[in-house]
Amino acid sequence: MLLLAWSVKGIKMNDNSNRLNVALHLGDNALILGHRISEWCGHGPVLEQDIAMTNIALDLIGQAKMYFDYAAEIEGQGHDHDYFAYRRDVLDFKNLLLCEIPNGDFAYTIARQFYFDQWHFLLLTELSNSEDERLKEIAQKSLKEVTYHRRWSSEWVVRLGDGTPESKEKMQRAIDDTWYYSGEAFIPVDYENGILPIGLKDQWMKNVKEVIEEATLKMPTDEWMQEGGKTGNHTEHLGFILAEMQYLPRAYPDATW
Amino acid sequence: MTLLESKAWSVLSEIEDPEIPVISVVDLGIVRTVVEEEGILKVAITPTYSGCPATQVIEDSVVDALKAAHLEPFEVKTVLSPSWSTSMISESGKFKLKEYGIAPPADDSTDKMALMGEERQITCPNCGSKDTKMVSQFGSTPCKAHFKCKDCLEPFDYFKCL
Repeated sequence: MLLLAWSVKGIKMNDNSNRLNVALHLGDNALILGHRISEWCGHGPVLEQDIAMTNIALDLIGQAKMYFDYAAEIEGQGHDHDYFAYRRDVLDFKNLLLCEIPNGDFAYTIARQFYFDQWHFLLLTELSNSEDERLKEIAQKSLKEVTYHRRWSSEWVVRLGDGTPESKEKMQRAIDDTWYYSGEAFIPVDYENGILPIGLKDQWMKNVKEVIEEATLKMPTDEWMQEGGKTGNHTEHLGFILAEMQYLPRAYPDATW
Repeated sequence: MTLLESKAWSVLSEIEDPEIPVISVVDLGIVRTVVEEEGILKVAITPTYSGCPATQVIEDSVVDALKAAHLEPFEVKTVLSPSWSTSMISESGKFKLKEYGIAPPADDSTDKMALMGEERQITCPNCGSKDTKMVSQFGSTPCKAHFKCKDCLEPFDYFKCL
């Protein structure tokens, strides 16, 4: 009983720092994946898909802004959303590793987006009923956009998987290689405790499997997963993203148009 | 509604959307509330899509317009809840969209077809044909999808449901 009382008190004391970390985790996911997809701008396989990817990037970066505004309020040190995007280094970022892995070919980009969107959709559906009013508002707003993202990436998995022998082979490879990054979202870290929903994995597996089967592809079965992004242990790729993204604000601090 | 509030509404209804200059920010449902409290005008606006680049421009235009009409002191606040939906576009707004060549949203919330994978019939704003086809769920701005009319063969934008 004593231990229980202590741990409950512990959670209360850390409540704000947990809340800040959750806001940063969600904001970092959106920012880093948004940045990654935006790299397709001008390079998409066809114009319509170039536009689709930049639209998704815009939605995600807009969502990141809402989470960072919230983070700034929790932190209470007078920072704004740009501070969280441009003035933190690799170890401070809490995004899933899935969000930072390189675009690869179009199939890789689709596989990464598909795993992410399927999780993101379930997460935001749950957060739409969060006790945290602000997370609830952001989730309700973002969920409408993410519904379109999820449809787009799922359709492409089916189209490429159930396509030509070449597109099928490439889609299968992308689904397999990206798989090891798909499970980190379901491995909770301390700061999520009581703020983010748990137990989304079963529904995610079911939804993902349905699409992969419709695409006539094989569902990956390995259970071992890469992890670390949520606590700041990133792949070597994140540093390069930040170098590009943060160059201007760091070289010319507080520059305005 | 106080005199100040009604004056503010009429000033705000003159502000055009930067992307679709035939429709005002009031018609679009971006201006949520205008309330006078202890002599201060409090205006709440809401973003359409999270990443819509027009949001900042609209906020600046609201501030500029209220200043130009000498309605100080005022406060402009962004609210997220209830989140913006295409059902907040007024009937006259939907009519203006169609006149401008953008098919207005056909439903109240995120397209059911986005969930169910079913296609919905959208009427071509150019020739009125119902024989249209979605080219891409994502269009020239975050709020639009890209369609094509199979009768007049013209491409057109559809203001997709959110």
